[in-house]
Amino acid sequence: MDLKPGSRWKSAVCDAQLVVVRPPKAVGELQCGGKNVLPIDDAATASGTIDPEYAEGVLIGKRYFDEDSGLEVLGAKAGKGSLAFNGTAMAIKGAKPLPASD
Amino acid sequence: MQTPLLLDIAADACPDRISLGSRDGGFDFDSYRARATQVAAWLVKKDKTNTAFLGMNGNALPVLLFASGMAGTPFIPLNYRLADAELNKLVARAAPAILVVDDEMVQRIVPADDIELIARSEFEAAFMAGDRPEKIELPETENDIAVLLFTSGTTGEPKAAVLRHANLTSYVMSTVEFLGAGEDEAALVCVPSYHIAGISAVLTAAYGGRRMVYLPAFTPEEWVATAAAEGITHAMVVPTMLDRILDVMEKTGETLPALRALSYGGGKMPEPVIARALTMLPHVAFVNAYGLTETSSTIALLGADDHRAAFASDDPVVRRRIASVGQPLPTIELDIRREDGTPCGPGEQGEIHVRGEQVSGEYLHKKAIADDGWFATNDAGWLDDGGYLFVDGRLDDVIVRGGENISPGEIEDMLRSFDDIADCAVLGIPCVEWGEKVVAVIVSRSGNPDTDSIAAAIRAKLRSTKTPEQWHHRDELPYNETGKLLRRVLKAELVKAAEQD
Repeated sequence: MDLKPGSRWKSAVCDAQLVVVRPPKAVGELQCGGKNVLPIDDAATASGTIDPEYAEGVLIGKRYFDEDSGLEVLGAKAGKGSLAFNGTAMAIKGAKPLPASD
Repeated sequence: MQTPLLLDIAADACPDRISLGSRDGGFDFDSYRARATQVAAWLVKKDKTNTAFLGMNGNALPVLLFASGMAGTPFIPLNYRLADAELNKLVARAAPAILVVDDEMVQRIVPADDIELIARSEFEAAFMAGDRPEKIELPETENDIAVLLFTSGTTGEPKAAVLRHANLTSYVMSTVEFLGAGEDEAALVCVPSYHIAGISAVLTAAYGGRRMVYLPAFTPEEWVATAAAEGITHAMVVPTMLDRILDVMEKTGETLPALRALSYGGGKMPEPVIARALTMLPHVAFVNAYGLTETSSTIALLGADDHRAAFASDDPVVRRRIASVGQPLPTIELDIRREDGTPCGPGEQGEIHVRGEQVSGEYLHKKAIADDGWFATNDAGWLDDGGYLFVDGRLDDVIVRGGENISPGEIEDMLRSFDDIADCAVLGIPCVEWGEKVVAVIVSRSGNPDTDSIAAAIRAKLRSTKTPEQWHHRDELPYNETGKLLRRVLKAELVKAAEQD
């Protein structure tokens, strides 16, 4: 899976869509709802069930990161599955938004 | 990551939200993106290296900016205020290029083989009129330069600052929450396209999901009228605009109840003006932003709470922060360094250095960034004990009098505190005895300023070496349209006058 910055992905099991903000330093798979994500233009539609271990949801506009690999993704569309990198759950980045300056 | 992605994901997430223009009749995000893809396909067919723009603000500008990113051609906005000869030099440097140009400005451009002119009216008829066009799928591009901005070039030829897609997207994504704006929010943009804030405004509005309304060119009357009519919630102005906006509000009685946030930057804000703004607009959050072209816009900001806290405080240290640019962004490292590169302590003036992904520090064919990523801004400044940054202006503007470094800013702030002084500039001009001497140029309200007592007050509060040794009177000072005092113009006049004496 080539998780390069700006690449877009969708969940195989829910409505979530993702954008890679920072690539991982290690090779690995981005997963949503327990299944590997698909390229955004993949013809397949979401199907199957969400693994209850990974069912906390993806929120639009939130950033998720994997501490070890440095992978960071943006939730571009919300979904019911939650994110993992190689099976390790990704954490939500709690940055406070800054006031608009331009 | 490429800048068009910012628009793309916003358009996917909220296609029906109005993005450009009035709530009635404006373009929604879907239409915005579709038009940009149409323009991009046209640019690809034209197969020119760059996409240039010469014209007033309007919806064609953001569409063209995103389209040039999609087409993989650097976007080059040109300054229509330049004299024809200077302008044509920049056009030649942009070649080979497609140049979209306002109809009234077409005749200013000297025809050249590798510049293809498209009149604004023609461009708008083809891409901006009618119903939403088909969205075109375009192949990914490899070009990583998003924008080339010619810096104002106060010395020598203007330099072409390079802003890469990675710099700009990093800035946007680290400072703006994706679709963080409410559907009722709208930003009023009046800075020109060839200013970095004019570029970053387009990108942050798209990613934040905020509707954007353009003022073709700034007048305070138009600004206030548009802000009221469009229910503007957010805006950015340069210092010289704010005072004039407040004058109009006072005259018309307009209170702008919808306005929530007003940011300012691009030059030093006189304290009496911001104090007046805080009083007249108690419902508005003020943000002072500091940034450079070479840093993809804002690198430090003073937020609304800091403004109110400083304004209300009796503690001189806190009170003084109203004149600061606040604290660096969390994603920016900032150091103040001495001439020999060693770090300055709190309160000690040196050169501002920054590092971060949004910092390009690069000109065409010339990198100005150190190997370790640090960029020397050429701005003089200092940090107080709380980490608040004070910018004293360009390093080149520091006056060196008898070996002592004197910042014009400190003296100018003091001068502005006199009721009779409407505007002022302090400069150093060559002098045999001290190397440079301190000269003040003032605009007096009464026309008959008491410079002796003003000088005495400065001598008492600052010190004698900082007291202007010469006073000049002017009806007004020269500024460029983004509010920067043209110190070099003023200095050249004074030096010439001194030589003739």
